[in-house]
Amino acid sequence: MTMTTTTSQTGSASAWPAEPEPTARKRRGKKRSPYPMWFYLPAAIIYIGLFVVPTFTSFYFSLTRWTIFDSEFVGLENFQTFFSEPFLFQSLIHTLIYAAITSGLKVVLGLLIGVFLSSQIIARGYLRSVVFFPVLVSAVGVGVTFSVLMDPFDGLINKSLAVFGIEGPGWLTDPNLALYSVAFVDVWSGVGIATLIYIAGIVAIPQEYFEAAKVDGANAVKSFWNITLPLMRPATTTVIILSLIGGLRSFALIWTMTNGGPGFSSDVLASMVYKQYQAGFYGLSTAGNVVLFVLVAVIVVPLFWFLNRKEVDQ
Amino acid sequence: MPFRLRRGAYALPAVFAVSALGLAACSSGGDPEPSGSAGGAETTEAMEPVELSFLVDSTETTVGIVEALTAAYTAEHPEVTFAIEERPQGGDGDNIVKTRLQTGEMSDLFWYNSGSLFQALAPTKTLLAIDDLPNAGAISDTFKAGVTADGSLYGVPAGTAMGGGVMYNIPLYEELGLEIPTSWDEFMANNQAILDAGDAAPVIQTFGETWTSQLFVLGDFANVLAVDPEWADKYTANEVKYADGPPAIDGFTHQQEVFEAGYLNKDFASAGFADGVRMVASGEGAHYPMLSFALSELQANSPDDVANVGFFAMPGDEGDSPLTTWLSAGIYAPATTEHADAVKDFLNFVATPEACDIQTEAVGAQGPYFVDGCTLPDDVPQMVADMLPYFDAGNTQPALEFLSPIKGPALEQITVEVGSGIRSAEDGAALYDKDVEKQAQQLGLEGW
Repeated sequence: MTMTTTTSQTGSASAWPAEPEPTARKRRGKKRSPYPMWFYLPAAIIYIGLFVVPTFTSFYFSLTRWTIFDSEFVGLENFQTFFSEPFLFQSLIHTLIYAAITSGLKVVLGLLIGVFLSSQIIARGYLRSVVFFPVLVSAVGVGVTFSVLMDPFDGLINKSLAVFGIEGPGWLTDPNLALYSVAFVDVWSGVGIATLIYIAGIVAIPQEYFEAAKVDGANAVKSFWNITLPLMRPATTTVIILSLIGGLRSFALIWTMTNGGPGFSSDVLASMVYKQYQAGFYGLSTAGNVVLFVLVAVIVVPLFWFLNRKEVDQ
Repeated sequence: MPFRLRRGAYALPAVFAVSALGLAACSSGGDPEPSGSAGGAETTEAMEPVELSFLVDSTETTVGIVEALTAAYTAEHPEVTFAIEERPQGGDGDNIVKTRLQTGEMSDLFWYNSGSLFQALAPTKTLLAIDDLPNAGAISDTFKAGVTADGSLYGVPAGTAMGGGVMYNIPLYEELGLEIPTSWDEFMANNQAILDAGDAAPVIQTFGETWTSQLFVLGDFANVLAVDPEWADKYTANEVKYADGPPAIDGFTHQQEVFEAGYLNKDFASAGFADGVRMVASGEGAHYPMLSFALSELQANSPDDVANVGFFAMPGDEGDSPLTTWLSAGIYAPATTEHADAVKDFLNFVATPEACDIQTEAVGAQGPYFVDGCTLPDDVPQMVADMLPYFDAGNTQPALEFLSPIKGPALEQITVEVGSGIRSAEDGAALYDKDVEKQAQQLGLEGW
């Protein structure tokens, strides 16, 4: 009994000899880690100095109107401005729409492509790398390329549509369409990661399950539904969490493709925060960042907990 | 040795060195009698060789002017050389300038707007006051007003005055027998005539670059002042709003009318500034509301059509519209510069008629200068020739950004919305009024 607790306590330092006087070790092990405290100091200084302190000062500065020289405490006024001004609040809605669309599509498409690319097909390795390739291109490069392709008059997309007699819309200039166009490009450039995670998940499923299902007379759809899908839950959780966070804080693609326009129709939180900063409204832009932080936390933390709990239940 | 530090890889010591020296410069600047003669040409013999860094925006005209001025100055003062550094225009450029000023890493000299953008730099804290320039008296008072904060002068004019109005295609006007409009109704009648006549778009808009969308509102300001000369002061004091109705809202309303009448070029949502200038030059479009600095774009990319493009003031409801004018940009020095004397001597040189001639030679005549004694050559481009009568007759008014520190950052998005039918003029004006509130509060103005 004592032995097991001891090993689990000092589990991280497995090189330690566990034989002599287990009771004494147990007492000490409860209080002390195997490393002296100053070992942690460099990491602690960096972590506190670069992460903890800025996080909490940003909470404070979001309650002020500041420049680099001075700050004036204004209470919750920045937040009030943020939620009362139509285009600031709208950016919050756009953020949610954008995150939901990109995350949802990445899960569905990533899964389908993942299943397809883990089956026995010709040129599988080549196709896998083709799907992954857009992930390697910088978001700015992708954005500039697609804003050229999506030009309403000279762009390749609408020129191709014109061949079939279809008059393409202004993908990035129609206020009702711009946000979705950018979301589509985001999915195109990011689906490779989701696919990769799914492929890894599928490959990890033991072949015996499929063989057993085959013996029982299951067809391809049934074994996908009853074996692949349930066993892919951890991969799905990862994809959802990663793509949701990515979608909520996305900036580069939107900035290079539409600058948040036309008007404010594709502005998301991150681009709004940047614009407020550009305008010199540092307090307001800090408040925007705090809203973004809270939004990500409020959505992702419960989601993460929920998805992982389900996993444990099974 | 200090030069090694500034250029070298020792970024951190350099920051300390620069900021320490900056503080020193600050305190000595405050002395009533600075030791040594500041700014006079006689100091140059005692000067050691210095290299002044110079941050400019990357437009062709700016770079052309700065290169010519610095080359001419180095020719006279071989010990002073310049390292010109380019930055982007627009919001990104503003960001760079503000960040570098506030962190004490600004170049020895920099080129930046005058007026409200200059005020937003917190000049009293970040910039070098240059009241003691020997040539300060030669700078026109109009310009001084745009680069003065708390009674101190901070910049010298570079480049020329600009007008905000409408560029138009002269051959098209001649062909259809149209007259230059002086009121909004005449302007709209011309637009209808052009639309009826054929292919050319009556009005060009280029929302692919959002800043170009603001001219209907900003260029209309002289008409606002013509109706209510006190408007700008009341605006700063939070007593009047754009949404209150005419005359201020007219700019927004006009923009909406032009869209609703179907006068815009079909690619208005995606075209850019260069497209707009090309269209008005070639006659694909008849009118392009723009600042007169588009002349340099015209000269660079449509040199054969320069004589075909004219310019008139933004027509207002009242008729006989005055021209809304923009002050030229200024050249400033940060308080942190290590070479205050050399910098001031250069700035002093920029405020001379000789420097004006150098600029004219480098980039051509773009408009009137702000330094006493500066003259323009006899043969100026058509756009400038069209603009000069307004100045000669005194029929000009400064743009709002030179009379009030308040300019909301979202105006260009709002005018894109109004100009493409997403939002009504009333809504747009009301939204802009909310937008400027933040600016006023950030600046700590009274009454907001």
